[in-house]
Amino acid sequence: MNLDETDRLILNRLQEGFAIAPDPFLLVAQELGLEEADLLARLERMKTGRTITRFGPFFDAEAMGGAFCLCAMAVPQEEFEGTMAKVNARPEVAHNYERSHRLNMWFVLATETQEEIKVVATSLERETGLRVLCFPKLREFFIRFRVAA
Amino acid sequence: MKIDATDRRIIAATQGGLPLVPQPYAAVAQELGMDEAALCDRLRAMQEHGVIRRIAVAPNHYALGMVANGMSVWDVKDARVAELGAQVGALDFVSHCYERPRALPDWPYNLFAMIHGSSSDEVEAKRQEVATLLGGACRGGDILYSTRILKKTGLRLRSKEG
Repeated sequence: MNLDETDRLILNRLQEGFAIAPDPFLLVAQELGLEEADLLARLERMKTGRTITRFGPFFDAEAMGGAFCLCAMAVPQEEFEGTMAKVNARPEVAHNYERSHRLNMWFVLATETQEEIKVVATSLERETGLRVLCFPKLREFFIRFRVAA
Repeated sequence: MKIDATDRRIIAATQGGLPLVPQPYAAVAQELGMDEAALCDRLRAMQEHGVIRRIAVAPNHYALGMVANGMSVWDVKDARVAELGAQVGALDFVSHCYERPRALPDWPYNLFAMIHGSSSDEVEAKRQEVATLLGGACRGGDILYSTRILKKTGLRLRSKEG
């Protein structure tokens, strides 16, 4: 979809944050010199056109409870499809990517508790006959990522 | 922060997004049978405690031309990783930046930074920027490109109570 300068202004501004207040769109509209109705209409159009994936609170999954762990396996090419089926069959596997490296399968385990991470990883090792390397997050660095619209 | 059943209902009602109406919090509060002020107090408390990272728009990277990304990984001296990780995380083309354990001898890297760009050339150029920033504290690095999405499900909160 085509974005004009005002759409880009809105996208850049709203990546920075949004107030918890009774009329939060009005505050943003005034700041950007727009009409509130125009701001809302543009957001609606960008959401429908899928330029906006989501608008709202972003929750820290770990703060809500539950455990997450990035895992990787070195899967021989001839075993790749079979191993993938076994890994993907686990409901604890949230996403799984093939990557360009000897460690060519990278997935995230999401479980209720920390102990379950180890249990699932060990069980996958038994089932596939391959090592599962676990890379839990030790520290997360403050992120200032913004897509320039 | 310990979140309670009411917080969970708020999370469930807003994790799909806020309604695009002039008073979005009033609309959510009404849906939950709560006071708008009480809802806002809880949202503020969750934001202060980091349960809510931010309230914002998430643009579609692809729609805005950010079509290339790579997982850059670095072997950074342990004594420097906190300080340098914070600097890498603050770069505007890095979307995730974590310290993770090494898995020697297979995997010597302890700093992971996801780099985004409009082309693979741009991602490579930005990777050089990271290498320059890390300088002598870094003993080596690599970059892994995703060649296929094998599974993708949202990390959604399960609707358990408590």
